[in-house]
Amino acid sequence: MTETQIKILEAQFEARIANDEKIEPKDWMPEKYRKTHIRQMSQHAHSEIIGMLPEGNWISRAPSLRRKVALLAKVQDEAGHGLYLYSACETLGITREELYEQLHSGKAKYSSIFNYPTITWADIGAIGWLVDGAAIINQVPLCNTSFGPYACAMVRVCKEESFHQRQGYEIMLTLCKGTVEQKAMAQDALNRWWWPALMMLGPTDDQSVHTAQSMKWKLKRKTNDELRQQFIDQTVPQADILGIKIPDSDLKWNADKGSYDFGEIDWDEFWQVVKGHGPCNKQRMKARVSAWENGAWVRDAAMAYAEKNK
Amino acid sequence: MEIIIKKIPACAGNIMKKNWPLWEVFVRSKNGLDHRHFGSLHAADEEMALENARDVYTRRNEGVSIWVVESKHIRASNPDNNGELFEPAKDKVYRHPTFYILPDELKHM
Repeated sequence: MTETQIKILEAQFEARIANDEKIEPKDWMPEKYRKTHIRQMSQHAHSEIIGMLPEGNWISRAPSLRRKVALLAKVQDEAGHGLYLYSACETLGITREELYEQLHSGKAKYSSIFNYPTITWADIGAIGWLVDGAAIINQVPLCNTSFGPYACAMVRVCKEESFHQRQGYEIMLTLCKGTVEQKAMAQDALNRWWWPALMMLGPTDDQSVHTAQSMKWKLKRKTNDELRQQFIDQTVPQADILGIKIPDSDLKWNADKGSYDFGEIDWDEFWQVVKGHGPCNKQRMKARVSAWENGAWVRDAAMAYAEKNK
Repeated sequence: MEIIIKKIPACAGNIMKKNWPLWEVFVRSKNGLDHRHFGSLHAADEEMALENARDVYTRRNEGVSIWVVESKHIRASNPDNNGELFEPAKDKVYRHPTFYILPDELKHM
């Protein structure tokens, strides 16, 4: 194809997106659109898969059967969400094995929030409330993204995600209504998860390299800063109901702009964790890679059995 | 040397490297409705594909029946040919009831 032909195709493509048409896997698309989608969708899928690890840590120690079945169901949903997203990503011509290889080699990233440890039961509450809360804010606009399979997967993910946040908040509520020690545990979890949850919504707009292009392709409908503000505004009253305090002395209502002002985020910490120096990066990758490697004989045996029965 | 390698039964090396194929999943949400494409997944064989489809796509009573088919068996039309495939239908307005001009007083038609 000549450069002029590509330019024409690109112009038609951009017009389709501007017109709110969906792009399907076999449609012509600019190479950069394909690559950007593989990057973002796989990163999203990897986050679901790695996201099972901090919570899986507490399934066997959940304080009641009610909490245990809920947490099991939540973690199972995350496996499911990872699978929806991997298959949507594969429609762009990359194989599942390549995607896993990118995760295991560290070439692909996953959300840095999962590199923090879950040291008390209250962390499971805080994750559901804050981490899933931030994830929902990120994901709801993606139900309208331009790439058809991604939008379809996100519709299903969002439908299932609301239970995750509610079960987390209920855990926090129970702790906050409990003994002094239990409430202190909830406060401690909020102290540790608040700032990482804010970072989860991504670098500030002036630092975000992908925002402009992603907005154009409707891969993003709101900027990171807008999403973060929305998250803070809706979460502060929720903390008030719990009766615990958000660990930010600069946090205060700004009547003029109709939203909260908040303190400086420690972006050095964010970039350190992204670069692999968070508290649990190595532990997470090790758990993931060893699960994959130790399961190899099962996958091979299943395939051998299938071949034999053909 | 080559001949010897070929004589080794197709166990070890060959099968070890074979990845689980991709399957397409279709779910009927309730009786009276068609099966609809829900997504895809990887599985070693059709039984496993059905079981995985149940776990991945019907965790909340989304279905009463599941079909799975290995993706390689699906022949899909190419969007580049959409013109020749679908455009001819566009100018055949006489296939639609509104094409026929009938008096207003005519009822039940």
